[in-house]
Amino acid sequence: MNSPSNAGPESPLNSPTGAPAPIAETRPLYWSVRRELWENRSIYIAPLATAAVYLFGYLISLLWVPYSMRAMAALHSAPPLIVLAMPYSHAGMLTTVIAFIVGIFYSLDALYGERRDRTILFWKSLPVSDGTTVLSKAIIPLVVLPLLVFAITVPLQFIMRVLSMAGALISGGSAAAIWRQLPLFEMQVVLLYGLIVLALWHAPIYAWLILVSGYARRAPFLWAVLPPIAIGVFEKLALNTSHFGLLMQDRFFGFSAAAFDLTDKNGVPIDAHFIPLAQLAPGRFLSSPGLWIGLIVAAVLLLAAVRLRRYQGPI
Amino acid sequence: MTVIEARGLRKTFGTTIALDGINLRVEEGRILGLIGPNGAGKSTALNAILGLTPYHGELKVLGRDPWTERDQLMCDVCFIADVAVLPRWMRVWQALDYVAGVHPRFDRAKAEGFLAKTDIRRASKIRELSKGMVTQLHLALVMAIDARLLVLDEPTLGLDILYRKQFYDSLLNDYFDRSRTIVVTTHQVEDVQHVLTDLMFINRGRIVLDCSMEEFESRYVEVTVNPEKVVAARALKPIHERQVLGRGILLFDLKLSHVDRQQLAGLGEVRTPGIADLFVAVMGNQAGEAQGVAQ
Repeated sequence: MNSPSNAGPESPLNSPTGAPAPIAETRPLYWSVRRELWENRSIYIAPLATAAVYLFGYLISLLWVPYSMRAMAALHSAPPLIVLAMPYSHAGMLTTVIAFIVGIFYSLDALYGERRDRTILFWKSLPVSDGTTVLSKAIIPLVVLPLLVFAITVPLQFIMRVLSMAGALISGGSAAAIWRQLPLFEMQVVLLYGLIVLALWHAPIYAWLILVSGYARRAPFLWAVLPPIAIGVFEKLALNTSHFGLLMQDRFFGFSAAAFDLTDKNGVPIDAHFIPLAQLAPGRFLSSPGLWIGLIVAAVLLLAAVRLRRYQGPI
Repeated sequence: MTVIEARGLRKTFGTTIALDGINLRVEEGRILGLIGPNGAGKSTALNAILGLTPYHGELKVLGRDPWTERDQLMCDVCFIADVAVLPRWMRVWQALDYVAGVHPRFDRAKAEGFLAKTDIRRASKIRELSKGMVTQLHLALVMAIDARLLVLDEPTLGLDILYRKQFYDSLLNDYFDRSRTIVVTTHQVEDVQHVLTDLMFINRGRIVLDCSMEEFESRYVEVTVNPEKVVAARALKPIHERQVLGRGILLFDLKLSHVDRQQLAGLGEVRTPGIADLFVAVMGNQAGEAQGVAQ
């Protein structure tokens, strides 16, 4: 894991003048992200473990395939696409949900843990700005986790396909049919699109959690959750409306309506287990105010977190 | 060149005054000991110097404003707060990699060289190291950084005497030279007496003594007075008197008392006081003055 470091650090040191060699702006950021991954191994262990458990379960389920295939063959000439795609699509959804949960807990601890264990004094004794630090912590849920989900799901789905083809061969079915009928590449493109959409749409949620983690002196979870609930309850009591609640609901789940066409040409709802490429609506997503308002809010919250970290010491 | 310059440095926490308008000037190549009782304002002063806390007044460290330019300043300033701050989850090689990654003046080979002299293994987690080893590791990291100012806040707290001795020996032999500057706070003043070039006492947010060690040695004299001469000695206005094994030990400030060494030598055994003894004397007088009680 430390191989790149051996190549890198030597070069600036050997500068004969003794003056600090110019350090690339991105180097502290790169090492700060690395450090987050060292400290929070759940970032990659949780999705990996999920994938392993899922794969194991899928393997067991394959033992039943000969029966279900025969049953299905009795009904249709070929299994419907949705049935074929479902376990693959579930694999992607499950790792995404796990990554979301990891991201929530990571963000809640981001600027809290370093103050609680006093290591903030060590981090601040190095030439890494507060902006770089906060950015490196925001990069984890916004970039690293989505990429990890993709990097784990793609091989997972590939192994699943190989296993199911092997299963089909053993039970006398057609492996070629599975290869032909399952649009795995298309599903993976949709997954990637979905992950990007999700990260952008959820950015203000993570930014809020990071800000709270830098503010709370104890119980960051309560600080993060109780104020929105209080606002919602207050609005309901005082005005008998639930705009805030709907706003929150939209922030969590509104991405699907914003980024996908969930009905086909005839107005029939699409099964979310297989969304064809034609149903992606990137143009509508990029022009939806919800996206841009969310990103602006996220930027403001993160800037506040940067400013806050300057004042913060151990607690 | 001036490394630290503070004028009217002030910091309050609510109604508590932590720093009460301090003026401070530390030149390059000095080792300054900042000595004071708990809550005197030492750590607050260091935090201001390191850009960890906002303050009022003027403060320049290596020509920079620490509060607004902390990250650039930390290229030239190193800091060991106390042994607890190295992240306990980190492995030794990760600490080396990380500092090498973010610090432009870190010499990894040098740090590895220091570590080779210790029992610290690269694969160990910091939580697995003893307190002394954590300090050794932190010191190895810091000494491998070509910094101009090193700030040590109670660096040897909780260490046994061997580690403490080793700590200051390494600093003097392997690190310190005339182009570097060290500021250290500690309660273990006997450890640093022969390390310091300058001495500063701070109490209730004010500097109550500021002198070089040469000045300290020429100005303060401790006399173990022969019993029959105690009355004569007291007449010379010592700043402090204590009894050890039935003999009076009197501390004189030659600048205040208008006596010379010859005179004192006639009273008994003369030597340079320990910093701790002068500290007790100065702080005791302060407390006395504050309460309006004649000491």
